Amino acid sequence: MTIPTSNFVILAAILFAIGAAGVLLRRSGISILLGIELMLNAANLALVAFGRQHGQLDAQVFVFFVMAVAAAEVAVGLALLVAIFRKQQSIDVDRLNVMRW
Amino acid sequence: MRPDLIALLPELVLAALAMGVLLAGLASGRARHGLLAGGALVSLAVTALALWYAAAATDPAARLFSGMFALDRFAVYFKALFLLSSALVILLSVDYLKRNDYRPGEYLALVMFATVGMMTMASGVNLAAIYVGLELMALSTYILAGYFRREVKSHEAATKYFVLGAFSSGVLLYGLSLIYGTTGTLDLGALTRVLAAGKPATATMVGMALLACGFLFKVAAVPFHVWTPDVYEGAPTPITAFMSVGPKAAGFAMFLRVFLVGLAPLAASWIWLVGAAAVLTMIWGNVAALTQDNVKRMLAYSSIAHAGYALVGLVAGGAAGVNSVLFYMLVYTVTNLGAFGFVIMLESRGYAGETVSDYAGLARRHPTAAFGMLLFMLSLGGIPPTAGFMGKLYLFAAAVNAGYVWLVVVAVVMSAVSLYYYLRIVLQMYLREGEGVEPAELVVAPWTERVIWACGLAVLVIGILPAPFLAAARATAGVLGLS
Repeated sequence: MTIPTSNFVILAAILFAIGAAGVLLRRSGISILLGIELMLNAANLALVAFGRQHGQLDAQVFVFFVMAVAAAEVAVGLALLVAIFRKQQSIDVDRLNVMRW
Repeated sequence: MRPDLIALLPELVLAALAMGVLLAGLASGRARHGLLAGGALVSLAVTALALWYAAAATDPAARLFSGMFALDRFAVYFKALFLLSSALVILLSVDYLKRNDYRPGEYLALVMFATVGMMTMASGVNLAAIYVGLELMALSTYILAGYFRREVKSHEAATKYFVLGAFSSGVLLYGLSLIYGTTGTLDLGALTRVLAAGKPATATMVGMALLACGFLFKVAAVPFHVWTPDVYEGAPTPITAFMSVGPKAAGFAMFLRVFLVGLAPLAASWIWLVGAAAVLTMIWGNVAALTQDNVKRMLAYSSIAHAGYALVGLVAGGAAGVNSVLFYMLVYTVTNLGAFGFVIMLESRGYAGETVSDYAGLARRHPTAAFGMLLFMLSLGGIPPTAGFMGKLYLFAAAVNAGYVWLVVVAVVMSAVSLYYYLRIVLQMYLREGEGVEPAELVVAPWTERVIWACGLAVLVIGILPAPFLAAARATAGVLGLS
């Protein structure tokens, strides 16, 4: 039996919300990176599910591009965290407060 | 060569040469600033030639790479603008990098990669292609913001930019997946046809709103602007200058193409969203700039306000709206790069030169540079005979003709408010004397000075003779199918 598209879309929405909450609420740099990954992968899941529903490969191909972009994004993010850890022995983003608006 | 590859030639050439600059930077050690910057500038010039050749050899109406990519007049205009702004930024960076003792190779290569990303964004006619270009630009810019790794502020700027930028691209991507899900296409042309055929689903509207949020973040519009002041203040100043012109213009390129072509049938819904964002952006950007004492932060809020003016052109829509936004992006690029050039020359004494009081008495000690800054401030404020006046005139005229008088009223009132903080710097330079034992001085930075000269000249020429530049902008709107 096939699983209806709506189930995938609801799961994607839940994952996206968890990821967004993680980025906005957590203070550890690593947790924030995990949240960003969850958001991107939620969008990927929705894209793949919709692609299957429409019977097209467009979305599946696009998802590969998004995965590559996400990998590059994490590489940049981790490099930044390493640089910050070297500077202040912590990856707590709340301590990045030299500038205030 | 296949027509697809010819159309992509500028991006291919620039990406290959950027890798060359990266390797040359690794191989050449420290003392090669001038040589590498020269190489980067030659690469941009070669890319401009490739662009000229590709534009002549490609059918503007063609959709290449299976409908992913177009090289129409709109794309060519933006690509030329990106090449110009990147070249000016590299000229601004040469002295600055040498003075602060950072390696130039990676820096120049990243500016060039970001330019490749922006060029792809301007050409993308499929949401997937636009997304990939956007991310190439964004990732390069995150690294550039944190390039001064010995400074805490630079780290902080890069981290804030990265976290919020990645969050916004997540939102954008999710919106894009919803639009794909309900319409079954990522192609902008097909999207228009599907959306025009019937009443849009709720999920399409949600996707459209999320997409708008992501785009508004990229052009730094209120309420998605919170990252801007911190990132602009903390990033190396030439990179701040770069972010305020290149990626912002690229953001508007994709905004115009996606919203005025792909999502055009939904205009009745998004026009209020974007119009409200424009009003908030103009008001908040200008009001917050009033209270800033740090010049980089002030210019950050000023760039937020200018994004608001450009959004007025997007709301106006039609050929006139698109033309005026394109023309405004050119005007803003030359004006803002000139202004940042001045900040770069003043900033050189370590921490000094970032507060408004550092500008006291500079007109007497450096009359020509101060005159340049005067021109840029007048242009940002929109006073004739500068380019800024012409830019605003065409933007506001387009909006009035499209029936958005209330938007223009807000824009004009806020332009008047903005004069206060622009003229504050002018007053400091011309009417105050430097206080304290050691007043701030300009450093010797020949290339930065030449950029200021060139930008000052451009501001005057565009302000007095706007016709040829307007004609270049005008030639583009037809390709979007607007009248």
